Amino acid sequence: MDSSQAVPSGAPDDRPAVPAQRSDQDAYLRVRDLRVRFDTSDGVVRAVDGVSFAVERGRTLGIVGESGSGKSVTSLAILGLHDPRRTTITGEISVEGQQLVGLPDEEVRRLRGRNMAMIFQDPLSALHPYYTVGRQIAEAYRVHHPKANRREARQRAVDMLDRVGIPQPARRFDQYPHEFSGGMRQRAMIAMSLVNDPALLIADEPTTALDVTVQAQILDLLADLQAEFHSAIILITHDLGVVGQVADDVLVMYGGRAVERGSVEQVLRSPQHPYTWGLLSSVPSLHGDADADLLPIPGNPPSLINLPSGCAFHPRCRYADRVGSRSRSEVPELRPAGVDGDAGADGHLVACHLSVEERTAFYTEDVASVGVAR
Amino acid sequence: MSLSPVEGVALAEIESGADGDGPAAKGVVGRSPGQLAWLRLRRDRTAVVSGVLLVFFMVLGLSAPLIEMAYGVGPREQFQNLLDGNGMPLGYAGGVTGDHWFGLEPGLGRDIFVRLIYGLRTSLFIALAAALITATIGVALGTLAGYLGGWLDAVINWITDLTLAMPFLIIALALTPAITLRFYGERGQVSSAFGVGVLIAVFAIFGWTGTARLVRGQVIALREREFVEAAKASGAGLGHMLFRQLLPNIWAPILVSFSLAVPQFITSEAALSFIGVGLSDETPSFGRMIYDSLDYLQTDPAYVFFPGITIFALVFAFNLFGDALRDALDPKSSR
Amino acid sequence: MTDEPLLRVRGLTKHFPVRQGLRASGLVRAVDGLDFDVRPGETLGLVGESGCGKTTTGRMLVRLLEPTSGSIEFAGRDITHAGRRELRPLRQELQIIFQDPYASLNPRHTVGRIVAMPLQVNGIKPPGGIKARVQELLELVGLNPEHYNRYPHEFSGGQRQRIGIARALALRPRLIVADEPVSALDVSIQAQVVNLLRDLQRELGLAFVFIAHDLAVVRHFCQRVAVMYLGRIVEIGDRADIYERPQHPYTRALLSAIPDVTQLGPAGRIRLTGDVPTPLDPPSGCRFRTRCWKAQDICATEQPALVPRDGGNQAAACHFPEGEAASSGPEGEAASPGPEGEAAGTSPESAESAAPIVEEVRP
Repeated sequence: MDSSQAVPSGAPDDRPAVPAQRSDQDAYLRVRDLRVRFDTSDGVVRAVDGVSFAVERGRTLGIVGESGSGKSVTSLAILGLHDPRRTTITGEISVEGQQLVGLPDEEVRRLRGRNMAMIFQDPLSALHPYYTVGRQIAEAYRVHHPKANRREARQRAVDMLDRVGIPQPARRFDQYPHEFSGGMRQRAMIAMSLVNDPALLIADEPTTALDVTVQAQILDLLADLQAEFHSAIILITHDLGVVGQVADDVLVMYGGRAVERGSVEQVLRSPQHPYTWGLLSSVPSLHGDADADLLPIPGNPPSLINLPSGCAFHPRCRYADRVGSRSRSEVPELRPAGVDGDAGADGHLVACHLSVEERTAFYTEDVASVGVAR
Repeated sequence: MSLSPVEGVALAEIESGADGDGPAAKGVVGRSPGQLAWLRLRRDRTAVVSGVLLVFFMVLGLSAPLIEMAYGVGPREQFQNLLDGNGMPLGYAGGVTGDHWFGLEPGLGRDIFVRLIYGLRTSLFIALAAALITATIGVALGTLAGYLGGWLDAVINWITDLTLAMPFLIIALALTPAITLRFYGERGQVSSAFGVGVLIAVFAIFGWTGTARLVRGQVIALREREFVEAAKASGAGLGHMLFRQLLPNIWAPILVSFSLAVPQFITSEAALSFIGVGLSDETPSFGRMIYDSLDYLQTDPAYVFFPGITIFALVFAFNLFGDALRDALDPKSSR
Repeated sequence: MTDEPLLRVRGLTKHFPVRQGLRASGLVRAVDGLDFDVRPGETLGLVGESGCGKTTTGRMLVRLLEPTSGSIEFAGRDITHAGRRELRPLRQELQIIFQDPYASLNPRHTVGRIVAMPLQVNGIKPPGGIKARVQELLELVGLNPEHYNRYPHEFSGGQRQRIGIARALALRPRLIVADEPVSALDVSIQAQVVNLLRDLQRELGLAFVFIAHDLAVVRHFCQRVAVMYLGRIVEIGDRADIYERPQHPYTRALLSAIPDVTQLGPAGRIRLTGDVPTPLDPPSGCRFRTRCWKAQDICATEQPALVPRDGGNQAAACHFPEGEAASSGPEGEAASPGPEGEAAGTSPESAESAAPIVEEVRP
């Protein structure tokens, strides 16, 4: 609808509120104040509500959230895959300095195929069942390399299959998706997304449907490929363990907003938002006291149609009372966490009404001491 | 790559979040899926208009004798005095007057309006009865085949295929006169109830296959669902499985196929009567009237107009309503 | 706990015939000879990757699937091939919780009817009436008893799973088979349900067979753990032994493949190469040998027995168990000379792609 009208991301003097992340300017992908709205029969859904982040080449950003947190919608907005008739996207998405929001569809499509690629959770539904895997990869190549002939495209596809660790790639080229196992399909999907040497790879829950041993293979593969192609990766997942293993930076989303952002070290080692604490202490671990109760977050993830007022997390937050009615009336801004001794503290941001002292006290007393998280 | 899986991901995320705190927000008594469908149906203007039209037609058909009394003309009364020498009705538009709203039949001089009302009754009765019987046969065979599987499934499938392979029209053409002959002999006066019964039987024999296949497919899909296994794990017997667990979940497609079968039977009845194997001239029916009216297409177009427009409106309303019902029962299919 | 086992499983096997047209063309060896016991009040975790047969095992335990061979004894009675009427009294003591909270509740029934179903099916009239019992159960699983008249679509995933748990508890069972009860739920909700199951287990003294692929969840719920691979148990033992002193290489690989929040960055992991071979044509001898870095000739010829070593509770089916020769343990990157090409190349269909075949075969 109005997606051609790029709305500048707030007044320029707003900027100090969201301090620039380290080397924000030369980041490959920069997203500022992204907002995505859907018009549905039940009302307007604010699926993403003012999210900013940046990814450099060679680094991995993990976006963590539960269902309805807006994490997938964010990635689809970057790729320009939303139905423009129902979706309003505002804010700034720039790739190598070029603003994408408001660009004609044709242009976005060209940029998308050349520079970005997506890996889906379910490769079976992302691959067409009636075409051979190889043909689909070769097609993806030829769309953006019109000069390439059939044989070159085939060779390229076989090379990619080989590169992602599929044995006998030449034979596999002629097989159909159903002849691949789950792990192999995900590898083929990765091969397809890499065939045009994208500088940005968006992986939406790439390993959720896979077994742990296969997940480990795929995560290793992604890390290897990143080292080789120096690409920027956005990894969307609900699994903090996966994030801890492969991500450099972490963005925690809740109810369509960013609630915490920082390096993986900062977010997982000294988490600052009560929601992040909840996620960490509710995940069962292989270490620590197995007989201790997990500390679940009470309640359910919020509905995006009917988001709680103020801080969206307040109905589930143990500490909401500490800040009085502010939790209900005021949306907390993403501010520097200001933790002492936090390496590179300027990059660690949190959207919480609690003061640094309160957060530190609650974390040490209620979360870290229970021992599940550490 | 198509956009659909992508949009699906996004929508799934929103929807799963959307029902997050559902119960907290609404009242204590929940709304059943049926009630929700009813609400959607009432909000759909097409459904309301076609539904009102259908109710109107049914009331009209049911109250045919009352209308006859109020109108003061019977379906078999002849008004030869209002015809001219060639048997054509006097006056304009096929003899439309204050006494005869839709005019008179050429030749016999019977009142078209009251015959139309009775024809409506016949058609609706035949179609509804046939749809009810075929639905019952189809649901029974479909559930048994789908749930029990094995050799029973194979046998029922085989019978279904056999039935589908039989050419309906040819058999109806051959069978109907043969049965009539068998019961009434060469010159016997065929009662109208018998003619109606034969038609319903013919429809029932051929019409159940669609429903049976539909139900079988639905049951097979449901059979593997975990709530069915939960009932099995609690020791539920066949009756509980079929009537409590499975059938309530396939009412929607059955209802839709029922509502779409009715107009089909209405046209089939008209078609059979038209080619002469349906009802006799004694029983007022749409097919018969249109058949008779064709001789007067040039000279008295009003005769073909009234039954034609009525059957068109009836079938159209049924089809619209069936589609609206499907949308209401399964809101995702319309997207 | 030295009393008689509540559940005793011996040589439990399930083979699904694969048909092509009318001819049987092969057998999917989904479960191939399981032995284990569950004592009253004990929680046994059954873990493994997809296609290892853990779900098939669970379905056989509650007799939703008919075992091909072997025996299942529950409370001293052989129920392997018992008919529906014979099973009826036992059904009340043996219940199942399903994975998918969306598919496991009848969408056309109110919560009250869903939870009351086991009572009605078995003709049980609890004192105080069915409604009172159902409301008591709803309260027990942490739901508002007022929601008796609601329909499943009005609840979130976690709440639906609670409804499924209430239904399983309706008959006061002694053993519950829980088939991946939390894997379909959001992270923050998983912990709620795991805690609920733990509380119920302790309060009601329930025995559990807890089927899961997530070893971390199993660690928080189960006292004993059995690790399955391609239809067989490769290792079984007490929780502490399995997690701290795994003997089977597969258990070790599985444990090290789990990304753990407490460890940042790429940890020194054992990388298993290739996929799980197809259960249509499992490897001879030890089934794990095609992906095992320790495999030798004997592994291809002789099936290792699941025997406890040094008289303990822990048993591993391996010719070269870990911990016997302390030096043989592979550490980190050093450990992956796995025959990748062979594992994946000789058996193109892995366990996952064989799964749809299994589903088409009617039990």
